[in-house]
Amino acid sequence: MIDARGYSCPMPVVMVQKEVKANAPQTLEVLVDDPCAVENITRFAANNGYAASSRPNGEDEFALTLVKKA
Amino acid sequence: MGKNKLLVPVTGIAVGIAALLLTAAGNPANMGFCIACFLRDIAGGLGLHSAEKVQYLRPEIVGLVLGAMGMALAGREFRARAGSAPALRFVLGMIVMVGALAFLGCPLRMVIRLGGGDLTAVAGLLGFIAGIGVGVLFLKKGFSLGRAYKVKKADGFVLPGVMLAVLALLIAAPAFIHFSQSGPGASHAYWLISLAGGLVVGALAQKSRLCMAGGLRDVFLFRDCHLLIGFAAIFVTVLAGNLVTGQFDPTLAVQPVAHHDYLWSFLGMALAGWGSVLLGGCPLRQLILAGEGSGDSAVTVLGMIAGAALAHNFGMAGNADAMTDGVFTAGGVAANGRIGIVIGIVLLLVISIANLHKEEKAK
Repeated sequence: MIDARGYSCPMPVVMVQKEVKANAPQTLEVLVDDPCAVENITRFAANNGYAASSRPNGEDEFALTLVKKA
Repeated sequence: MGKNKLLVPVTGIAVGIAALLLTAAGNPANMGFCIACFLRDIAGGLGLHSAEKVQYLRPEIVGLVLGAMGMALAGREFRARAGSAPALRFVLGMIVMVGALAFLGCPLRMVIRLGGGDLTAVAGLLGFIAGIGVGVLFLKKGFSLGRAYKVKKADGFVLPGVMLAVLALLIAAPAFIHFSQSGPGASHAYWLISLAGGLVVGALAQKSRLCMAGGLRDVFLFRDCHLLIGFAAIFVTVLAGNLVTGQFDPTLAVQPVAHHDYLWSFLGMALAGWGSVLLGGCPLRQLILAGEGSGDSAVTVLGMIAGAALAHNFGMAGNADAMTDGVFTAGGVAANGRIGIVIGIVLLLVISIANLHKEEKAK
């Protein structure tokens, strides 16, 4: 899991990119607290072979799940 | 194309139209919108510098912050956050401003200048691209200014509050507020038109996340052209508007509020691009984030105002070329400005290296 809460863009996507490049995980959980980060990570996922879904995670936070496409 | 994808080009077109309308309504040529120039004018209006030709409390800046705040509140995206290296951000804001004012424009005005045919701005564009490239290298190496944290909601309203005070001072016009009688500071649209332009662009920029530095940065980092489309839309809109109205003047000759000191234009905008990447966004984006409640961006904006004052007090800002009664006077970046840019580059290098962190491993 990547905890990118508190980081402003583009840091959350950079953190996801590094993890995807290094380990190509089948699934990846990401915590963010910036709606802009949700959009950017979702777009990054779509462009890099992952399906992304997001859900609210308490007040003002979001949890994203990235799943590698077959 | 989804609604979100359309929002960026729509915002770019709106910014371009607003820039054209504001110029037609009285703003300086090729300066319908310029965050660096307008923050500099505000610094002058408040008496923080004494360059008499660039003193005016620009309502566009007020509108940008308040428009972003309104849209963020309406969209439940207003978040009061602070604590991500605020002092460093203040200094970075100053450095970005020194670079932009040497070139005579922020990244947004750079695009507007290009759309008006100002070919001297190409040097700035190349520098901006180079600066972003350097910033991206440090991002890849692990640069970060650290996390921000939740603060009291009231803290998020500090810069919007400051902007309301600026607007009140503009309207009340007490004797201690400075108003240029000539030069770029004296060229402005009626304040309500300027405010409206700022409000519309601020609201759209908040929703679309438009960022001049982010557009190029994301191409370098992720091969993602999403934000770059906004950059292109502003250029095409301004270009089309200038072609239609006969204002397009594609030359290297005397251009409005510009100079042909190419090397220092390149280096000035390299400084602005590099600094913007480290800050996470261009000067426009910093205003928008401050409107969304970011205390760190509010500090950055205050740093940019301080940087503008410093740039003029120390003679670091660029001087525009001029043609008076057929006599050409070359402008450019004087020795102080060149020294300022070199010091800025050294400082950015130190800040970039000092803030490299080991990668946070996924748990």
